[in-house]
Amino acid sequence: MTDLATDQDFTSEDVTPAISIDGVSYNYGKRKALDDVSFQVLPGQFTALLGANGAGKSTLLSLITRLFDTAHGTISIDGKSFTSHGSKALAPLGVVFQQTTLDLDLSVRQNLRYFARLRGLPSTFATKRIEETLSALEMFERVDERVRDLNGGHRRRVEIARSMLHQPKLLLLDEPTVGLDIHTRRVIVNHIHKLASEENVAVLWTTHLMDEIWDEDHLIVLDKGKIIEDGTVKEILAKNGASSVSDAFESIIVQEEERLR
Amino acid sequence: MMDGLMIRALYGILYREFLRFFQQRARFLSALVRPLIWLLVFSAGWRQTQGLAPYPPYETYIPYEVYMIPGLCAMIQLFNGMQSSLSMIYDREMGSMRVLLTTPLPRWFILVARLFAGVAVSLLQVYAFLAIAFIFTYFEFLELDIEPLGYITVLPALVLCGFMLGALGMALSATVKQLENFAGVMNFVIFPMFFISSALFPLWRIKDLSYTFYQFCTYNPFTYAVELIRFALHGQFYGEGVLVVAITSIIALGLAIYAYDPSRGLKAKGKKG
Repeated sequence: MTDLATDQDFTSEDVTPAISIDGVSYNYGKRKALDDVSFQVLPGQFTALLGANGAGKSTLLSLITRLFDTAHGTISIDGKSFTSHGSKALAPLGVVFQQTTLDLDLSVRQNLRYFARLRGLPSTFATKRIEETLSALEMFERVDERVRDLNGGHRRRVEIARSMLHQPKLLLLDEPTVGLDIHTRRVIVNHIHKLASEENVAVLWTTHLMDEIWDEDHLIVLDKGKIIEDGTVKEILAKNGASSVSDAFESIIVQEEERLR
Repeated sequence: MMDGLMIRALYGILYREFLRFFQQRARFLSALVRPLIWLLVFSAGWRQTQGLAPYPPYETYIPYEVYMIPGLCAMIQLFNGMQSSLSMIYDREMGSMRVLLTTPLPRWFILVARLFAGVAVSLLQVYAFLAIAFIFTYFEFLELDIEPLGYITVLPALVLCGFMLGALGMALSATVKQLENFAGVMNFVIFPMFFISSALFPLWRIKDLSYTFYQFCTYNPFTYAVELIRFALHGQFYGEGVLVVAITSIIALGLAIYAYDPSRGLKAKGKKG
């Protein structure tokens, strides 16, 4: 584990946040899915978003990716809000969805080239980035294989490579390691942490798997549509007197339920 | 105005559509076999009994296969339009539409670009069909009666008709919630559109048989698409057809852009997290 992030003093006054969420609420009919959610992720920061099923994580990600329209509150990516910049605000965003979104009938190269064109990358630059991003995930030798012939772990690596093609400032990953073996999970978790620490990419990572969260990461806990904890893992562990993220998470949820009673 | 990103993205969407089209060989073959079977079976069976009297744009009596060709070209585009909308529903359900929707491209552009890609594929199918039909004339299986210039003059008509049929398919796909429901669309949209039109029989003959049926045909924009292609294949301009097809395209595309909800399916499935 790297301790680079530990010593970084992230303050929103100095740096433009990679993403800023301010007072966002969202309802499904009468049911409140998100209630006045506000937080920021700064460049180089690895932020884990934790929450039980139904906490509102997927709704939040759908709002950040503009699959849902934000009714209340403001979302800005790299200082540009959807309200004032529309879909152009999505330019610095890279996304890895929980569900595979690759075209199974196309090769890895064809999938990545298609995405590069959607992002407006010039052909020579796209070729270079395809090689770089796939090589970083040890996938370049499989560039001409059909995605259908790859296993789940390799498909996931291709999706991560694809999300990094256009050098995003913010990388959003929705439970990217679900269903993967331990080795692949470790490779992916290490790679994404490295992207944050070495390439200054802001990462927002949703997960249920506590071992993917490192001590120096930033942690946000979402429960019933509200943020109930927001800080570094070390701060949250100390505050809750817990020895692991898992213990801290359980303690936070129990405390919140008692508070609501 | 299109900026550099939009031009590259349009190229990307075209690139993917053609890659998928050529890799789905069954789709390519069925797109060709369907009209060719119609052409060979129907024209061979009916040419002995049904010579058609002069009727614009034809200046002389024509064999039935000559009459059928424009309707079959439009049929290819009709099926392709519906196939494109089916693939949009598939992409929405499988999640690959999300990749498009999380790019910095406006939604209207994404839909128009998908439509444009579908039209390009339909042009390829129609010209492949015309080429095979032309080969049949060489062996005297049938007559086409199309001047070489007709293959060029028909291009703008095919583009316009492709846009209309693709936009209608897209408007339908915006309202269909799940992939399974699309079979109903096939039965209730494609077949009535094709049969209640001038694709198989001239309007004057339909009018002789049933005035009500004739009226239905004149309300069907597909009739105008068929006639537009027919006139264009013979180097003639059909203003009424251009007008109806263009207006229908604009209305259908407007409806598709208005009704298209990228979150459909996400909310319905109630994915929690």
